Amino acid sequence: MRSNFATQPFTFGKLHPSRKRLDGLSRFFFNSSNIIAIAALAILLLTIINQAFTMVGTIDMVDRTTLIDSPINSLSKTELISLLEQNLTANRLKTLDRDTPLVERNQAQLTLLVESEVFKTSIVASFNLLDALLHYKSLETQIITSYPQARISMRSWIDWAFITNAMSKKPEEAGVRTAMLGSAFIILIAILFAFPLGVSTAIYLEEYEYKTSRLARIIQLNIDNLAGVPSILYGVLGLAIFVRALGPLTSGNLFGSEAANGRTVISAGLTMALLILPILITNSQEAIRAVPNSLRLASYGIGATQWQTIWHHVLPSALPSILTGAILAISRGLGETAPLIIVGAATYITKNPTGLFSNFTALPIQIYNWTTRPQAEFRNAAAAAILILLILLLSLNAAAILWRNHLHKNR
Amino acid sequence: MDIYQPVNIKKKRRISESLIRVLITAAAMVSILTTLGLVYELGKESILFFSTPGVTLREFFFTTTWQPSIGQFGILPLVLSTLITSFFAMLVAIPLGLGAAIYLSEYATSRSRGIIKPILEILAGIPTVVYGYFALTFMTPLLRLIFGESNVQIYNMLSAGLVMGIMILPLVSSMSEDALHAVPGSLRDAAYGLGATRFETTTQVVFPAALSGIISSIILAISRAVGETMIVAIAAGSGPKFTFNPMAAAETMTGYIARISGGDLGYDTPDYNSIFAIGLLLFFITLIFNLISRNLSRKYREVYE
Repeated sequence: MRSNFATQPFTFGKLHPSRKRLDGLSRFFFNSSNIIAIAALAILLLTIINQAFTMVGTIDMVDRTTLIDSPINSLSKTELISLLEQNLTANRLKTLDRDTPLVERNQAQLTLLVESEVFKTSIVASFNLLDALLHYKSLETQIITSYPQARISMRSWIDWAFITNAMSKKPEEAGVRTAMLGSAFIILIAILFAFPLGVSTAIYLEEYEYKTSRLARIIQLNIDNLAGVPSILYGVLGLAIFVRALGPLTSGNLFGSEAANGRTVISAGLTMALLILPILITNSQEAIRAVPNSLRLASYGIGATQWQTIWHHVLPSALPSILTGAILAISRGLGETAPLIIVGAATYITKNPTGLFSNFTALPIQIYNWTTRPQAEFRNAAAAAILILLILLLSLNAAAILWRNHLHKNR
Repeated sequence: MDIYQPVNIKKKRRISESLIRVLITAAAMVSILTTLGLVYELGKESILFFSTPGVTLREFFFTTTWQPSIGQFGILPLVLSTLITSFFAMLVAIPLGLGAAIYLSEYATSRSRGIIKPILEILAGIPTVVYGYFALTFMTPLLRLIFGESNVQIYNMLSAGLVMGIMILPLVSSMSEDALHAVPGSLRDAAYGLGATRFETTTQVVFPAALSGIISSIILAISRAVGETMIVAIAAGSGPKFTFNPMAAAETMTGYIARISGGDLGYDTPDYNSIFAIGLLLFFITLIFNLISRNLSRKYREVYE
């Protein structure tokens, strides 16, 4: 049988049509998952933009034409302040001054304040961007029929007042200043603690004990596992250790601070430090591993000690990549929400964090809080806050990636 | 005269050198301390939890009501909804992630790789709270439109699960792509030499060769889904409920921890201790998945390097 098969002439036939068709289809089939992923990203971004810009109908309880002649946007800061001083009660002015003195507020904040406090403007109807673009005319008539005196305008929820205002009970006056400062404090503390620890651990694993000792292997395994621990468990750890066990320290009571408990910026920052530590270590390890060995040998050759070699040759050569890794760790930390909830982020904070022992809120916490509120307008504020967060993270990541590419080219 | 004197190259003892080494070793121990602290705190509070009168291991693992305030501690509803959301997440993430990985590794030109990979990286870099917002404001209304408002509750596990799948997709695709990439080119060349098409080469030669790495990525993805918090906290609903209906609201393990500790939580209450017991369970589940994944991915590296 076998010889029979061998003597048969062999011809290169064409590919069977069904095989060829399958091959062609497969490319399309596999690529469709990329298309779905890209579509998902596009829809996600559009959903957020759709909510961050809306068409609103507003009503003034006090007729603004009786108080000012020109549009409110053309008024100067002093005019706005005098308008407030003339029309608000002394008590109200005192409360406002206690939050932030009027003269220290910016134009956008004052305009908003005049609208809400003097004209008592309120939003009576709000439609998302997509609806507004598609059916502007019919929505306009719909608003006018229900509220004849309503003023119709497009509103961007993300504006200067939003960035500079603190949290508020009214969605249209709410802002993210305290949340952004809280995030900045937390990530600053986290990186100050985690960066030296992370780089040191990487030096230990790559330079001193490169896969030699049992301890180094245990530490390596441990870091790999820590990287996979759900972030919420870091929050639980932070709650037990920083907030509770170290409460007297983290509340600052030992140093004369009057915080009620350990749910402070420093606890959140330390928790975040533990969370980004494995990422920092892994990135730094890769950076140190990429340093050519000839550099070390040359340094030893001229009689340098191990630490001199590390400090004067290995670290400077690895530093740019280590810093790129640090930027990526920062952007990871900025988006983390769950651990901060557990450690005790407050959701309603109108005062800037002043030190290590302040209560805190953070940008993602604010987004979470606004998303879960029943009023639809808070969803718009949440979308605006998300835009700020995404722009921040994307520019951080882009900077890291561009820097990395730049380094590769120069090598 | 001096020139004939032998240079003394005997090892000099340097105190600073040893001191630095001690400091660096101490820094390296912090990560060990983190793990020890985690296990110690979770264990200690869990023991307190199980020594609360009325709480038994048997009740914890085999009863279906979780109501700490009235003394009912059955963790099954929380575990079940964690399983359901993770199941739907994997339903999205596995096929899409593998498809993307195969396309990028076997089909894509370097130009299209240069476009697709950064987009997947952006998807991976979006914070989970944003995905939660997306689930609540887009996915849930979409599901209610498709299946009817009476069938789909405002908070439901399906929506959270599907969006979680999108979140996990880049993890599956990038790890699987690495595994596919590690398959040596000679294997592909051999298959092409036999007259196989690209599709046949991919599915019958490259994919099986990379299987352990691919499974490793899937297992890691499951571990990520089980530990994911914000999407389920926002979109899956609050209040533990034992239900198999994915269109109903039910709280997951992580969702419960987030909700309970969101308010002002008194120390040493059953509520407080219970988050540590659930945390311990969560820790072991993810640890086991991570270890399996790590061992599998080491396996394929050993074969081809």
